[in-house]
Amino acid sequence: MNIPPVSDATTIAAAISQGRASAREVVASALDRIARIDGRVGAFTDVLTERARMRAETLDAAIARGEAIGPLAGVPFAVKNLIDVAGLPTRAGSKINRDCPPAARDGTVVRRLEEAGAILVGALNMGEYAYDFTGENVHDGDAHNPHALDHMTGGSSGGSGAAVAAGLVPLTLGSDTNGSIRVPAAFCGCFGMKPTYGRISRAGSFPFVGSLDHLGPMARSVADLALAYDALQGPDPEDPVLTSRVPEPASPSLESGIGGLRIAVAGGYFARGGDPEAFTAVARVAEALGASREVELPEAHRARAAAYLITAAEGATLHLDRLRTRPRDFDPAVRDRLIAGAMIPAPFVERAQRFRRWYRDAVLTVFDSVDVILAPATPCRAPKGGQTHFVLDGVTLPVRANIGLFTQPISFIGLPVVAVPVRLDAGLPLGVQVIAAPWREDLVLRVARQLERDGICTAPVAEIA
Amino acid sequence: MPETPPPFDPHAYATVTAPLLGLDLDPTWMAAITANLGVLAAAAELVAGFPLPDAVEAAPRFEA
Repeated sequence: MNIPPVSDATTIAAAISQGRASAREVVASALDRIARIDGRVGAFTDVLTERARMRAETLDAAIARGEAIGPLAGVPFAVKNLIDVAGLPTRAGSKINRDCPPAARDGTVVRRLEEAGAILVGALNMGEYAYDFTGENVHDGDAHNPHALDHMTGGSSGGSGAAVAAGLVPLTLGSDTNGSIRVPAAFCGCFGMKPTYGRISRAGSFPFVGSLDHLGPMARSVADLALAYDALQGPDPEDPVLTSRVPEPASPSLESGIGGLRIAVAGGYFARGGDPEAFTAVARVAEALGASREVELPEAHRARAAAYLITAAEGATLHLDRLRTRPRDFDPAVRDRLIAGAMIPAPFVERAQRFRRWYRDAVLTVFDSVDVILAPATPCRAPKGGQTHFVLDGVTLPVRANIGLFTQPISFIGLPVVAVPVRLDAGLPLGVQVIAAPWREDLVLRVARQLERDGICTAPVAEIA
Repeated sequence: MPETPPPFDPHAYATVTAPLLGLDLDPTWMAAITANLGVLAAAAELVAGFPLPDAVEAAPRFEA
């Protein structure tokens, strides 16, 4: 195999397509690394050894026949365990869902990546039912931050971030309702993409909050994000909110640079309430991009509050029968929030949904004069595992409820975001959200790629102690 | 988000609402449930504090 054992997806796909490596070798290398390292990281809940080996053999045989395999030829990937994998119950981080019948077929996003040549090697740890920002799980054990194993991965796609940061696989899929891709990307120091709401099919994934749920990729390079994003697009009648837009591949414009783009920093709400380092990370990215202008997303604090209400109410409604019949089988921290969410008076939720319309219109107006907005991904670096409170701006706050305070106002109206990793020093990484108007994933990927090319944002594999 | 609850009695509210929802609450859960209700009520107060014209409808779709 003429590539390093831990390579990014673009490198692997090129090597396999050109015959410099075989899918069998690449999959064997990934499975070996998972077996050696994941016991300390806790990223995987299921490793699909036989399925991956068989698929690799099939691909190698196809390549030997001269067939074109696809842009993700032989790339090992893994998915958050709320995404259907044929033959596995879709546990969604829970104990309860393990009693469900195994999924009859893979979720749409798994099929899309495999159609592009990728090879599924496993399912990944997550916070229970995705109601989580920590990456901790009382049933499966916590995912650990590969850059400091005693710190959180962030969640709820904690295994997705950890698997990429630890170099177990080059590509994972996560879900993001309020920040669940962007938070673990920031804490684990990798790139994470939350496309526009409705861009990527969620069919064959276990929901959390239907009006806020997104799926998206995580990787160690922007080109890998773009490859995956391009492969994931397409129509799917099984997702009722999926866009009817034709797929708009982002890879062709990835190297276009930032010339002509109007880039600004989010001020006001997004410039306070976090550790100074979170804002230093934004400033470093802004300086590299020559972004000196500041814009305000109006009433972002209320947007966050409204997202919080809608999440609690919709999530509780989804789980109400389970709360009635099996309340003791939930993670208590999830159960107690869901029960409270079930009790929210309807006018509170309806008001939040109406505010959402107002906020959406107001923020779209901001995009009349700017193409890309920068904001912190998290208010701090990854807290210690099990940490329940932190101090932000002099105020002691619960960790679980507040890690997502900068991500929630963005996903609330479905804007596309790439969370880019920033390393200020030898300590844990931070993340910055690169945000654009709906359907402009091409812009956030271009900006992320420029930052990567300039060495401002990199995602090296963690050295596991 | 501040943990300061607004002036209502979340314990009494949870006690009355649970049977309506068919939920059987263990008394040991009440402290966490009421704390969460307090946070939710504060969030609702924040949202309600913004004046919205009657014509503003909910936004289940976000097409640009």
